Amino acid sequence: MRSALVRAVRRTAEGVRWYVRELTGESAYDRYVEHLRAHDPDAPVPSRREFERMRTDRQDADPRQGFRCC
Amino acid sequence: MRIANAQNSPRTSRARARTVIVWTIVALVGAIGWGVLALARGEEVSAAWMVAAALGSYAIGYRFYARFIQYRVLKADRTRATPAERLNNGIDFHPTDRRVLLGHHFAAIAGAGPLVGPVLAAQMGYLPGTIWIVAGVIFAGAVQDMVVLFFSTRRDGRSLGQMAREEIGPVGGAAALLAAFAIMIILLGVLALVIVNALAESPWGTFSIAMTIPIALFMGFYLRVLRPGRVSEVSLIGVALLLFALVSGRWVAQSSWADAFTLAPSTLVIWLVAYGFVASILPVWMLLAPRDYLSTFMKIGTILLLAAGVVVTLPTLRMPAVTDFATRGDGPVFAGSLFPFVFITIACGALSGFHALISSGTTPKMIQKETQVRLIGYGSMLMESSVAVMALVAASVIDPGLYFAMNAPAGVIGDTVQNASQVVTGWGYQISPEDLAAAARQVEESSLLSRTGGAPTLAVGVSEIFAQVTGDGMRAFWYHFAIMFEALFILTALDAGTRVGRFMLQDTLGNVYRPLKNVSWKPGLVLTSGIVCGLWGYFLWVGVHEPLGGINQLFPVFGISNQLLAAVALTVCTTLLVKSGRLKWAWITGVPLAWDATVTLTASWQKVFSDDPRVGFFKQREIYQDAIDRGEVIAPAKTMDDMHTVVTNSTVDGVLTAVLALLIVVVIADAARVCVRHVRRPALSTLSEARYVKSKLVAPAGLFPTGEEREEAERDAVGAGQGG
Repeated sequence: MRSALVRAVRRTAEGVRWYVRELTGESAYDRYVEHLRAHDPDAPVPSRREFERMRTDRQDADPRQGFRCC
Repeated sequence: MRIANAQNSPRTSRARARTVIVWTIVALVGAIGWGVLALARGEEVSAAWMVAAALGSYAIGYRFYARFIQYRVLKADRTRATPAERLNNGIDFHPTDRRVLLGHHFAAIAGAGPLVGPVLAAQMGYLPGTIWIVAGVIFAGAVQDMVVLFFSTRRDGRSLGQMAREEIGPVGGAAALLAAFAIMIILLGVLALVIVNALAESPWGTFSIAMTIPIALFMGFYLRVLRPGRVSEVSLIGVALLLFALVSGRWVAQSSWADAFTLAPSTLVIWLVAYGFVASILPVWMLLAPRDYLSTFMKIGTILLLAAGVVVTLPTLRMPAVTDFATRGDGPVFAGSLFPFVFITIACGALSGFHALISSGTTPKMIQKETQVRLIGYGSMLMESSVAVMALVAASVIDPGLYFAMNAPAGVIGDTVQNASQVVTGWGYQISPEDLAAAARQVEESSLLSRTGGAPTLAVGVSEIFAQVTGDGMRAFWYHFAIMFEALFILTALDAGTRVGRFMLQDTLGNVYRPLKNVSWKPGLVLTSGIVCGLWGYFLWVGVHEPLGGINQLFPVFGISNQLLAAVALTVCTTLLVKSGRLKWAWITGVPLAWDATVTLTASWQKVFSDDPRVGFFKQREIYQDAIDRGEVIAPAKTMDDMHTVVTNSTVDGVLTAVLALLIVVVIADAARVCVRHVRRPALSTLSEARYVKSKLVAPAGLFPTGEEREEAERDAVGAGQGG
């Protein structure tokens, strides 16, 4: 009984963590690396710092990216 | 063995019977809600009925109408790969889980809009607003969002402007672009005006909002330098700091610093325009991106809190179902009668053209399956609509006397509580001067009179609802919490909107002077940002100094422009339905278009040509000009300068309204020409749809996977295991 409860709580916590990371874009870097590696396992990948800079700077170039409504 | 296909198996017939029973109950709940709302006269009604009516109708609309549109009209094809799958680059094009995308899309479409419009429309009573919010979203707003999303997905995520140009033609496309730019400017001016009205003479509010700037700068630095990409942790820190700023606002308001943060409206205008200008030329990572995280967190948190508050307390609606202003057309909040003005005052929440800009562009690049447009497009819009219903509830739970004292311009009710009480009581809404003073004291503001714009009224309503749970001691905190929450994302919108306006301007002016097209060319950046801020700053300045009341004059122009953008979006949708061989289904967006065009063009017509000086801009101009010629000053103007201000403003507003209406007529006429040509000679039309590629992804269409979809996912997992 208890182990089932623990498992359920853990599954929920993992689900929430996954959702928050996806929604905030925290998982964007992991996804990008995975995307590059899927085509070529030895592909050069940017560091997280470089990647995050590139991602925000793209918005400077085209402010319609990620635009929000009133 | 699968037996789901066997028609008469006991399992499916039982399931079908259960479905019928469930949906009958849902329909009954909705119908009872509407019945009580419509039939209750003279007694106070619980908000529970409004919630029941709305949720019941949403469920029916989503289950039946949206499904019909998705499968019968659009013929969404789950075997067809979406741009996210075909063009996956791991950054902006990537297949995103439908539940995540629903959150993204909702956060992008819902902002201050659905909170402001319904509050202002409450002057006609709660019933007209509720009917329009619910019926409008089911038949027009959510349909528009979903259809735009579908067609943009079929076109690799093209923007609305690009689709207008490609599918209608250069004339319609240019008119649509110009209209979008004008609308952006008016939107920013009016949103900024809402903030000025909420923060003027309020040291608590001004201090907490000012603190959001250093907080955002800190978050930006953290994300850029200290720990790149750790958005959740920095957002938690930011929200904690924000709540601290909110609490400390009270201390500041009670200290000797209070004077420094007690700003007159015209001072706030200068601060806001300066903020908009500086923020929009700074790099995104410094201010915009962190602010965006903060406001998204606050937005989702507050909306959930408000929903819980409404459901837990189920407050009583004190506003009448329909007020006399609905038919007389002389309401103090905005002039004009129910038709057409309720339908332009409530845009976001019922039908909002701005959503078309989100549904085309960002979201289509992330959707996994065409069959998810119902969940993402229609579903998100239903969620936004429920936010609008909550705003209407919040505006209707406060004393109607207080509501009118807060929302009538100072020129009408004067600036003392005695005077205001007398005027508002004269309209038939009893409230004593003591009660008006007490209401302001309770939220620790010096005065609540003429706090127009919707945000303060919503904040009072929210504090009323939350105080029922947390006790009266927290009332002032909740009021300022709600103000802060609205101000936060309006300031973000000023920054982001200025950037988008600038981008449009750079793109257009770049055709004349080449270097302007380069978006990183600093002088061009500063120049175009300055132009955009100057333009919306002009409307803000005018709104603050308008003797007739800025919101009263400008909100209808804003409403008209937003609904005109919806007309553009619906026109593009209808044209695409016709051109893609769905002529017999063109009414799906054609009827909402006809309704929207009728409402909006009627409103524009009245604003331009009406003989009632409260409604018609040019009649107003004429009356004030004649008085100037005679050397008279007529109320609410106090000086000759005021008189000249009224004349200039009504001329500008009138011309603007007329130009916007003309632009839309051009777009609709051009689209009609394309549609007629297509019907006569289909061979002449071209359709720029991306070609069919078979999808390899497996993903459910709805929020919860069906049994079949689950089995398909399992088969896919097994297949992938064997293959790799």
